[in-house]
Amino acid sequence: MNKYLSSHSISSTLPNSLQLLCCSIQFEAVISPLPMDSRRNSRLIDPKMRRVGFFTPPPPPDRTQSGPPDSISPTDNWLSPVMIPPPRHASDNLSSTLALHSSRAVGMPVPPSALRRSSTENVPVGSYNPSESLLGTSPVLSPSSNMMDGAFSEDSANWIRRSNSGKFASSFPTGGLDLTADSEAKKAQGVSEKGEGTVVGVANDLSSSSKPQKEKTSKATRRALQESQRAAKAAAKGGVAPAHEQQRGKAVKQPSQKKDGFLATSSIAASEKKGGDRSQEKDRKKDMPPPRMQFDDKSRVEKAKRRAVVKQTEVRNRVELFRHLPQYEHGTQLPELELKFFQLDPMHPAVYKVGIQYLAGDMLGGNSRCIAMLQAFQEAIKDYSTPPEKTLTRDLTAKINSFVSFLIECRPLSISMGNAIRFLKARIAKLPITLAESEAKTSLCSDIDRFINEKIVVADNVIVRHAVTKIRDGDVLLTYGSSSVVEMILLHAHELGKKFRVVVVDSHPKLEGQALLRKLVGKGLSCTYTHVNAVSYVMPEVTKVFLGAASVLSNGTVYSRVGTACVAMVAHAFHVPVLICCEAYKFHERVQLDSICSNELGDPDAISKVSGRVDVNYLDNWANKENLQLLNLLYDATPSDYISMIITDYGMVPPTSVAVILREYGGEHLWI
Amino acid sequence: MPDVHSLVNEFTIKLKKRKIEGSKTTAKQTAELLRSVISQQRIPHTNQAAALIDAVKAVGEQLIAANPVELAVGNIVRRVLHIIREEDLSLATAAIGGLSLSAASDDEDDAEQDDHPVLSAAAVAAAARSTLRPPSLQTLLEDVPYSAAVPHNSSSGGDSEGKSKSADKSSRSRKLKHNVIEAVNELISDIATCHEQIAEQAVEHIHQNEVILTLGSSRTVMEFLCAAKEKKRSFRVFVAEGAPRYQGHVLAKELVARGLQTTVITDSAVFAMISRVNMVIVGAHAVMANGGVIAPVGLNMVALAAQRHSVPFVVLAGIHKLCPLYPHNPEVLLNELKSPSELLDFGEFSDCMDFGSGSGSPLLHVVNPAFDYVPPKLVSLFITDTGGHNPSYMYRLITDYYSADDMVVQRRPAF
Repeated sequence: MNKYLSSHSISSTLPNSLQLLCCSIQFEAVISPLPMDSRRNSRLIDPKMRRVGFFTPPPPPDRTQSGPPDSISPTDNWLSPVMIPPPRHASDNLSSTLALHSSRAVGMPVPPSALRRSSTENVPVGSYNPSESLLGTSPVLSPSSNMMDGAFSEDSANWIRRSNSGKFASSFPTGGLDLTADSEAKKAQGVSEKGEGTVVGVANDLSSSSKPQKEKTSKATRRALQESQRAAKAAAKGGVAPAHEQQRGKAVKQPSQKKDGFLATSSIAASEKKGGDRSQEKDRKKDMPPPRMQFDDKSRVEKAKRRAVVKQTEVRNRVELFRHLPQYEHGTQLPELELKFFQLDPMHPAVYKVGIQYLAGDMLGGNSRCIAMLQAFQEAIKDYSTPPEKTLTRDLTAKINSFVSFLIECRPLSISMGNAIRFLKARIAKLPITLAESEAKTSLCSDIDRFINEKIVVADNVIVRHAVTKIRDGDVLLTYGSSSVVEMILLHAHELGKKFRVVVVDSHPKLEGQALLRKLVGKGLSCTYTHVNAVSYVMPEVTKVFLGAASVLSNGTVYSRVGTACVAMVAHAFHVPVLICCEAYKFHERVQLDSICSNELGDPDAISKVSGRVDVNYLDNWANKENLQLLNLLYDATPSDYISMIITDYGMVPPTSVAVILREYGGEHLWI
Repeated sequence: MPDVHSLVNEFTIKLKKRKIEGSKTTAKQTAELLRSVISQQRIPHTNQAAALIDAVKAVGEQLIAANPVELAVGNIVRRVLHIIREEDLSLATAAIGGLSLSAASDDEDDAEQDDHPVLSAAAVAAAARSTLRPPSLQTLLEDVPYSAAVPHNSSSGGDSEGKSKSADKSSRSRKLKHNVIEAVNELISDIATCHEQIAEQAVEHIHQNEVILTLGSSRTVMEFLCAAKEKKRSFRVFVAEGAPRYQGHVLAKELVARGLQTTVITDSAVFAMISRVNMVIVGAHAVMANGGVIAPVGLNMVALAAQRHSVPFVVLAGIHKLCPLYPHNPEVLLNELKSPSELLDFGEFSDCMDFGSGSGSPLLHVVNPAFDYVPPKLVSLFITDTGGHNPSYMYRLITDYYSADDMVVQRRPAF
């Protein structure tokens, strides 16, 4: 999308960029030695990009603060992340920034296209603040990134982190003395600050002290931008605060694997273009979902186990019917994983944290799991730097793949997460080869933000608006388990002053309904609580059933929390309409007829215990009994004929229309 | 009598406090109680059967009122009443048979009318059976007008008492009580052994490698499955845990102890698993005359799922669970709401429950019914101690065990 925008909005942004040119002379830093025409070709021959372009999304929220949104994109085309070997910059860097700019300007040919770069010069500061995330050292870097290539700035991020871990002397190349000195001076400070755990504090401190040296021009504006961003970030991170300490501890170690990232970023421009084209072909193939791992295939399981980070042990008494699904002993691997925390080089701490949350079962609900995963990926992308001899497109995809396989080891992905990953991979594959690394990362991060916003947040609002029209005074609404969308619908309808009663149906062992019940009663809704067995008893008085879904498959089957099918079936038997509320990003072109071929197995121990009921202890030593298995299914498939309507962000449709939505709005549109 | 009174009161209180639960135990204890009532009942020389019936009815009414949901109590009261009528009838026919060996069918019917204020076609058939005479088509056809006229004659039945011979009466009075107690003992042993009789049929219904699903725990189901296992059938059982009592855990434990392959699933996974199940075998709380089943909560859901996947839904029920009433709105009227504490932790939700105090009506209701009603169309087969039956046959089975005039036990003294 960015690419398309770039090719079409050049004319519109040109005046803007010219204006900016006079005040910023650093643009030369991003000039790539690639011949102009080849780059242009690569842009024009891509039909997919063209098609995408006609679909103009609203600017993502956090870009707005970093300047005009279209000023970002033009440059994406012209940037090559690995064009300029960093050592040279660093050596240029010796005297002063101004000297650097002038010398660079002489040293490099300046094609006219490079003018466009100037318009974005202040963008990276705003939207690109990757290294800020963990150590708070980024403010040092962001000024430097203004004068240098994106790749280099990211490298310097690594470098500073490494310098923190005491390795900088060996890994830092030739010059860069003033920078080094700068960071050296700050190192002690930064470390001490870290000890107190005030990330933002460090960031502030460093940025303020480093700025005067770096640049004098638009200091105030830059400062404002940074401040606002940091505030936004802090707000976003508020929810995951407890994990900070772990992250910081790990961040010191983590980049060591990226060491070679900048040492010899020689030009691999020729291969890069080819790689990009191939990746698009691959992407087309990727439209078909890959076959799922079948865990009854011994050889493949063995192979997977060798690769696995999380060493799971198989539960002993397996249910014969579900041999194809993984089932591991619960709780055994958690402490081990925590121990491994400091040795997991390839895993980004944010991803690691999310993985552990999945494993521990702290993170439930399709939407929150998906958002957490995307945000972790966003962090990882921000901290990512392309290793030499590799292209961002391919290497980052591989990296994401490794993250994903780690997350799968922690807990099998939900379909919505699979869709989000597909979206992200498609975005990575579509990145223009010529795009600078920093730009690419910026664009990916904003893509992720946009996905979260459009496909989950806004979609939920649309669903709520639709669903509320179906609630009338005097209704008795039944819901099962705890669906975030249904909760929003009920609360919104209550806010609108509609008079209705809610029946919350719950089931052992998750008892998620109690959380929903507490929220609803807390807001003053009149509720009835019962368990799934008694659903036949309450159904005669119910007028509508609202259910959430983990996914809607293209044959109209609703794949959802186990028990949903039971509730829908009983509702159908009592002629009560069943409304499924599901965001369109959870739709999937897979088809499924039963709940057995594809499902997820939960912890069997959860069945043997009943919370708050000490008298139920008949199955305490169940694992020792050879003939006894406990089956804790997590999902089931509701046949489409039980469903009256699916409320999605594209409107209210019958279940038969899911395939149509997937076809018409699928692919690019569904995943933005 | 005071002895019996205190026994009755004790039992009534137990029923009221739900100290006795489960149709089998209640049925057994009711039968034992009624036996002692009968044995202690002083019997007048005339119309002994009526006296016994009145005594049993009075006690039965009390018991039924104590726990109207426990239908087994009512069933046993009716069974005992039926036994009294049958025994009386058989004695009468025997006496007449002894007096006039060449008695015509008309005479026999006259005698019966004397002793039985109300006479049903079933009673005639039973009487015919007891005299070792199969009812011929002719007798049946000729009896029809008499049976139809029976309620009419009942009021004038008393004056015909004198026609009977007194010598015969005295021997009959002792004999009646004795016979009734014998029959009630038989009933008690029937209730005790109904499991075995049902379990005997297990091999006829379970084949090798069968997958069976059940919900909750039922002694009958357990014996049934174990009997099949003992006869070297190997099969697998899915046990749904049956929240909120989680009796399925108990059943699973028992089955595993007997060496059966058992898998415990959550109740919510019933729909997911039913497609891989060959047969659903469940116990019942009561079987109604229309073939509907009052069953532990959750079974209606299981039955619907089984119907969806065309899985046979088999109900095991001892004959003491057979209730001669036709249900109306049984989900509500023949149900019982249990304590919410089985579902929700009071301590945790006390704050929520307080919210309603201001507005007058509480915001939070917790519904915890004990039973489900499974309509007859969802039931494939009943297996009772007398064999397998279709739901549509239940009404006929009922006439074998109950008299038509006992249907409304509790209303009788109101007249």
